[in-house]
Amino acid sequence: MGKNPEPRGVRVAIGPQHPALKEPESFSVLLAGEKILESGVRLGYNHRGIEKACEERTYVQDLYLIERICGICSHSHSTAFISAVEEIAGLEIPRRAKYLRMLIGELERVHSHLLWLGVAGHEVGFDTLLMYTWRDREVVMDLLAALTGNRVNYGVNTMGGVRRDVSEDQKKQVLTAVDILEERTKYYIGVATQETTLIQRLSGVGKLNHEDAIHLGAVGPTARASSVKRDVRKDDPYLAYDEIPFNVVTSDHNDIYGRAVVRCLELMESYNMIRFIIANMPEGPIAVKAPRKVPAGEAISRYEAPRGEDVHYVRANGSEKPERVKVRAPTLANVQVVSHMLKDGYLADLPIVVAAIDPCFSCTDRMIAVAGDMAAINMGGTAFPGCADAGSKARATWEQVRQHGIEFYRRRGVDFARLNETFTAGGR
Amino acid sequence: MKRPGRMFHEVMRSMFRKAATVRYPFVKVQMPARFRGRLKFDASKCIGCKLCMKDCPSGAITIQKVGDKRFEAVFDFARCMYCAQCVDTCPKKALEATGEFELAQLDRGKLIVTFKNDCPVAAAAAAPAGTATATATAPEPKSDAHE
Amino acid sequence: MHWSSILWALFQILIFPGLLFLVALALAAEFVDRKLYARLQNRLGPPWFQPLADLIKLLAKQEVVPDLADKFMFVVTPMFALTAAVTASFYIPIWSHQALCSFPGDVIVVLYLLTIPTITFFLGGWYSRSVYSMIGAARSIMQLFAYEIPLFLAILAPALLAGTWSLSGMSLFYAHRPLLSLLNLLGLAIALVALLGKLERVPFDAPEAETEIVAGSFTEYSGRLLALFRLAIDVEMVVGASLLAAVFLPFGMDFGPVAGFGLYLAKILAVISMLSLMRTLFARLRLDQMINFCWQIAAPLAFVQLMADLVAKGTIARGVMIP
Repeated sequence: MGKNPEPRGVRVAIGPQHPALKEPESFSVLLAGEKILESGVRLGYNHRGIEKACEERTYVQDLYLIERICGICSHSHSTAFISAVEEIAGLEIPRRAKYLRMLIGELERVHSHLLWLGVAGHEVGFDTLLMYTWRDREVVMDLLAALTGNRVNYGVNTMGGVRRDVSEDQKKQVLTAVDILEERTKYYIGVATQETTLIQRLSGVGKLNHEDAIHLGAVGPTARASSVKRDVRKDDPYLAYDEIPFNVVTSDHNDIYGRAVVRCLELMESYNMIRFIIANMPEGPIAVKAPRKVPAGEAISRYEAPRGEDVHYVRANGSEKPERVKVRAPTLANVQVVSHMLKDGYLADLPIVVAAIDPCFSCTDRMIAVAGDMAAINMGGTAFPGCADAGSKARATWEQVRQHGIEFYRRRGVDFARLNETFTAGGR
Repeated sequence: MKRPGRMFHEVMRSMFRKAATVRYPFVKVQMPARFRGRLKFDASKCIGCKLCMKDCPSGAITIQKVGDKRFEAVFDFARCMYCAQCVDTCPKKALEATGEFELAQLDRGKLIVTFKNDCPVAAAAAAPAGTATATATAPEPKSDAHE
Repeated sequence: MHWSSILWALFQILIFPGLLFLVALALAAEFVDRKLYARLQNRLGPPWFQPLADLIKLLAKQEVVPDLADKFMFVVTPMFALTAAVTASFYIPIWSHQALCSFPGDVIVVLYLLTIPTITFFLGGWYSRSVYSMIGAARSIMQLFAYEIPLFLAILAPALLAGTWSLSGMSLFYAHRPLLSLLNLLGLAIALVALLGKLERVPFDAPEAETEIVAGSFTEYSGRLLALFRLAIDVEMVVGASLLAAVFLPFGMDFGPVAGFGLYLAKILAVISMLSLMRTLFARLRLDQMINFCWQIAAPLAFVQLMADLVAKGTIARGVMIP
């Protein structure tokens, strides 16, 4: 025989164009009847060249471009980016600005999670849930429009603070809206945890156990539903999250039901946080004067977007424009979990398994070219093992790139191997 | 505790409630006061510093000098992303974001609007669309080359 | 005698209460279903002419037959679906105890005629040769085996009690013994659920689950052929509702044609409303869950119904209970 025989089955392409996907992405599954034997994900249908475009615009202009990376977590990306820039520029933004950024951030989480609940309902054919959650989501969308001037791209951040203040009237408006939303969310928690047909579709589907969640690097609610207590707001507080009391919601269901529960309970946490923010809003200016040119330097900023940890890297060179901007959207961390979760599942569960990570594919697509001369990407002066002698046509394997990355950082004093151990041990 | 048909009460109640749907084109929607819609330009306040042009993320604004201390603005609303950064940037408050949001047009030329002495004139009406586009985009590479 | 009777038969088949009337009723039923579904979801819903507008739009559109598809089967199946659904209606009593056509054993014929649309969904999907269509086709046929047994049992049980295999006969039997039809309420519930499966609606819409396999069997269909399929499903909904009304709700057929017709409309409206309500309340079940539900819950309950009817028949035969 020799070679392994090709597994018998029907190959079905879900995407790049498919009603289950709100954005183009390609999932290819090998089916035996309704059962999934193999699955593969292919990214890259949405590459927009945003990182490169950022290098050709000033910081102020980049802010609005970065905001358009994602239509749902627009504030997350813009805050992550501007935090990195402010760190390089050595700007300390006023406390009131921090609170305002958190307020918009939490409101954004509310609208994103409500959106997810509706999408999850739609993917399992429960359109009634979609209609009701999205109807109630209008409350927070209208609120965001009233506070910032737009329903989606809030444009509230600026270098050195925020652009829009919150008046006393608006504070009351926020509190009223939060009361309405809290009552509605309680109802949806009831629906999600009691409706038989919904539980049948969510429970035990898309299993991801605790160890796999850590090893595959899941982030956000996807990880927290596998009882990985990982939340940037707690682990590495940015803005003023260290001043706000809140719980990191986790669940040990390890399935989509758990992810739904985590998101619903996070909504309740967010309502309390919003109330705290409104009650403890410090007085003072909302922005400090910021220079147009940012001194040379680099910074990484982490932000807990509704979908998980969002990482932005900015390198400045002293001019008005950044030299390099790198965005790691949470979906990129979660998308490799999807293939794992699809294994031995049913075709019928594919849409909801994909939707359960709350994917945002257009945020995710970046380009990495690993081809041609290895010297071109040989940043640290060491050649790739096994590549040095292969001439200019050599390509690095993923394992080589990974080892290279670990080596590169070890020489700079960061030991990822040890860091991984501590996460595995202390993560729970 | 599982209950099939958990949403029964809610669903039945909806039958007797007003639909949440807004009959949009027939019922006009009021935007909130802070809404960042179509921009308005007050030519009498403009000092020609061109900071708005510099900050505009999508290159939608062109400020032209038409006489001694007299300026006019050409806005390309097809390019504008309605961030209203120009409104914040303007030191003389010559720009203002309005609540107008119904901007869809079949003719791109109608989205290029020249503001002269406070009264907006659609470029397509004032001049052929092609020339208006040319004046709107031509100064860009020049200003880049200067820097 | 010849010409007038043939013309009368043609009028009955094509216009009233045949094709044209059924199509009008089917479009009205689709409107009621959509409007109710929307209102239950706190939405506005479509205007009354929307189903007709959709139909006209589809009829006017170009139809594309895929290269790989079996042309003949692809084109013929939608027509079969519609024909079968319309034919079934001739045997169902509507406003009087007498259906348009009737013979002993027509209840079996109606049930089989109502199976034909599902078979055509399978064939149409299978011969489309698209992977989504084929999965949808396979799901259709698997689902057929799941809901058909409870549906047959639920409808045959009342027939057993009535001692006739004719729908008109059953209608007459229950009209004179209205209390006995209360015995069949469980059967009505099972038949309603099975009808959801037959119409491939939520929670049993796995064969055309939009988010999984696009539109199942109908993925490759467009234009007139799709219009025919959609019409067939609507007609099937009306005929199915009429069947349930005739078997389980045989009241008020003695008040003359006008009142009888009004009552008939009220009855199918009630059945269609129940179908819409159920589609609002539930999430789509996976195929294995659907089959488990049908075999583990619906089929045993249908057997209970059958037993109840048998016991009732025995007691009536011995003269214990004569309502």
